[in-house]
Amino acid sequence: MPSFFNPGFGRKRPATHAERIPPGQYETHDWPVLTAGPTPRIPLANWTFSLDGLVESPVKWSWEQFTALPQQSFTNDIHCVTKWSKLDTHWQGISIETLLEQVTLKPEARYVMAYSYGEYTTNIPLEDLRHGKAFIGLHFEGSPLAAEHGGPARLVVPHLYFWKSAKWITGLRFMEHDQPGFWERGGYSMYGNPWNEQRYRSDD
Amino acid sequence: MARIQWQLGKVTTIIQETPRVKTFRLQLPQWIPHLPGQHYDLRLTAEDGYQAERSYSIASAPEQTGEIDLTIERIDDGEISGYLHEGVRVGDQLEVRGPIGGYFAWHDGMADRPLFLVGGGSGIVPLMAILRHRSILGATNPTRLLYSVRTPEDLIYGTELQNLARQDPSFELVLTFTRQAPPDWSGYHRRIDGSMVEQEIRPFSEQPISFICGPTQLVESVANELAAIGFPPSVIYTERFGPTGS
Repeated sequence: MPSFFNPGFGRKRPATHAERIPPGQYETHDWPVLTAGPTPRIPLANWTFSLDGLVESPVKWSWEQFTALPQQSFTNDIHCVTKWSKLDTHWQGISIETLLEQVTLKPEARYVMAYSYGEYTTNIPLEDLRHGKAFIGLHFEGSPLAAEHGGPARLVVPHLYFWKSAKWITGLRFMEHDQPGFWERGGYSMYGNPWNEQRYRSDD
Repeated sequence: MARIQWQLGKVTTIIQETPRVKTFRLQLPQWIPHLPGQHYDLRLTAEDGYQAERSYSIASAPEQTGEIDLTIERIDDGEISGYLHEGVRVGDQLEVRGPIGGYFAWHDGMADRPLFLVGGGSGIVPLMAILRHRSILGATNPTRLLYSVRTPEDLIYGTELQNLARQDPSFELVLTFTRQAPPDWSGYHRRIDGSMVEQEIRPFSEQPISFICGPTQLVESVANELAAIGFPPSVIYTERFGPTGS
């Protein structure tokens, strides 16, 4: 028996996928929107994606060039720090590994700042984007990704809290040292592992 | 940095705000002053160890020391809100940690800037914390609240807001009823839309800071309208919620 419990409180819904729901999270079947500020609208003609910072030669793709890169399908569970988890989401997009094949990283590159239209940023260790663990999502459940969910393109890092999956992404900057992004400067975790409940900086 | 610790708050008062909304006043052993707009995480634990957590905005001003007010809407079939509304009595304990959140927060440094607040339903809660604190500070910055509710009985803090509007010449309360308006109502009777936002922004002689909280659709439409009018994203603060299935 736990040292403290709320008398009469109990699980209301059967736990069908309990082992896939991190502590403090609950499963939802819709897809809530959480954004700081208004939703940017980015015309595809002006859209670009860059890899810069600690790379031998930075690259910048147009929408046409970017979407011509090899794409893959991904199925993942996603976990938002506001407590909801959504299981078996289906995406199509470009693996970060595929993007990294296009550049030569400098050996000191260890961290990444993902940056977005609307000036959102978030920091992630480089290793957490590699080996197929993260991708740029372009399609969600068979349709082009809607603007309120980060379209036309968002980063998806499913094994970290979903604020790390930057909406409206426009580039990745490779860095030697970890630096806080937007929410991280506001007191959220530098890493954001849902299985350790690293929600806030003091949980790190 | 020390982890923001869970603590057991004692429920000292429960206020029935509307048929679906209650305020829970919690006395906290380790109370920390908050910024209006911040929230607490609340965790329920079942006897078998099962736990569920949600985040709830603080309704009280930081001047109300030693305790916090959490105003919570009962969601249909809500595991947590259902228990809080049905199963919690004065004297019970609830486990919380906070205050949390640095983005959707009003700082005293903003007290000399005009303020445009837009709330839908229980989205009023963090805005009320701002208004309460601002009132205690004695700030006179032009402030306008555009507040959307379904029916008159869904109006949270109705009397307090109306009193505030009467007593404070720098504060303007604008209500819209989306389903049923009071008898003889001559004000807005529709969902908040672009033309309403434009209309309510017009009286400001200087561009206000804007805090918007409510259902996703409302927040999207107001934030997009403000951006279209030419507000920079840096003065548009948004907090979206629901429906999240609980």
